[in-house]
Amino acid sequence: MNINMTLIGQTIAFAIFVWFCIKYVWPPISNALHERQKKIADGLDAASRANRDLELAQERAEQTLRESKEQASQILEQANKRSAQMIEEAREQARAEGERLVASARSEIEQEVNRAKDELRAQVSYLAVMGAERVLEASVDEQAHRKLLDELAAEL
Amino acid sequence: MAAGNEVSTTYYIQHHLQNLTFGNHPENGWSLAHSAEEASEMGFWAIHLDTMGWSIAMGLLFIWIFRKAGKMATTGVPSGLQNAVEMVVEFVEDMVKGIFKGHNPIIAPLALTLFVWILFMNTLKIIPVDYFPVLFSKLGVDYMKIVPTTDVNATLGLALGVFGLILFYSFKVKGVGGFAKELSLTPFNHWALIPFNLLLEVVALLVKPFSLAMRLFGNMFAGEVIFILIAMLPFWAIWVLDVPWAIFHILIVVLQAFIFTVLSVVYLSAAHEHH
Repeated sequence: MNINMTLIGQTIAFAIFVWFCIKYVWPPISNALHERQKKIADGLDAASRANRDLELAQERAEQTLRESKEQASQILEQANKRSAQMIEEAREQARAEGERLVASARSEIEQEVNRAKDELRAQVSYLAVMGAERVLEASVDEQAHRKLLDELAAEL
Repeated sequence: MAAGNEVSTTYYIQHHLQNLTFGNHPENGWSLAHSAEEASEMGFWAIHLDTMGWSIAMGLLFIWIFRKAGKMATTGVPSGLQNAVEMVVEFVEDMVKGIFKGHNPIIAPLALTLFVWILFMNTLKIIPVDYFPVLFSKLGVDYMKIVPTTDVNATLGLALGVFGLILFYSFKVKGVGGFAKELSLTPFNHWALIPFNLLLEVVALLVKPFSLAMRLFGNMFAGEVIFILIAMLPFWAIWVLDVPWAIFHILIVVLQAFIFTVLSVVYLSAAHEHH
């Protein structure tokens, strides 16, 4: 095997070929690789973004749930309070009504007593006059002593 | 052109197309062949050391690169080597998905190995034809043909490997009876035509590995011969033809690796088909 100019010629050709590859063959391959890389990066980005969105939505849903629960318990509490209040009011009313009834009954009784007293008084004065008539055996002029008798009756 | 020049031209071509052969020479015993005649006198019991060495080297290169990429693979955005390897794997996987109809987890890795290995072996052709022969002649080695796929032994070896798998899966999937039925009753399903069918189908089956091997070998060998012929031009004119031919071979190198792989997968897919 001889070394001759053929080797130089092939080297020239090889150099040109390599230059051609660097200039025209490599760029499309490199572009394809970069594009693939970009596509994957975008895909991963989108996936993580979607994940984040999901997390956010979950958080929001949880918060809404919490809020509504709170509201529900608040409403329940209010209703409880209101019912207690209503019971209390009813009780108060009932008590007042009772008291009123008791008072009216009492006043009626008093009136009755007074009336009885008055009647009694009238009768007492009559009896007293009668008594006095008997005692004095003389009729007392009722007209003349009316005032006196009334005064007496009032004093009783 | 003078007679002496013609002799050296013939010598040059023959020298470049001669493999480094180690074998059992009738006179010299087990030794390296020092000429094409000696190599052919060794007959079957000889081995092409350059073909073996370079093909194994390319296979190891494939394993090393892809293993390295696999080991440092991340689930994030792939960069550099991982990106390129993923692209090749994806390409082969898509191809297998499109062609292979059965279910067999061996096929995709097999296709990847065939494609990348043949691609690497073919790519050696881009290196100028004189570089390695000259280098090795300085080291005292007479012959050095670095492109394994320009050696019919290498391509036929690959094809026989695929053929073995075709037979294995034919028997495994269809069963002995099913395979025999397929060979004897297609394309004409009539008992009287069984011998005719058998002849047709067996020939078709046996032709598969040879068509695989010869296609790859033929393309690569022819390309190599043209490179050698171009290399005999005056040194200042070599690039005029050599560069376009090399650029054309970027296509050939990939295409032949692709065709070999696709056809292997097609044959294996047919081996998996039930009737």
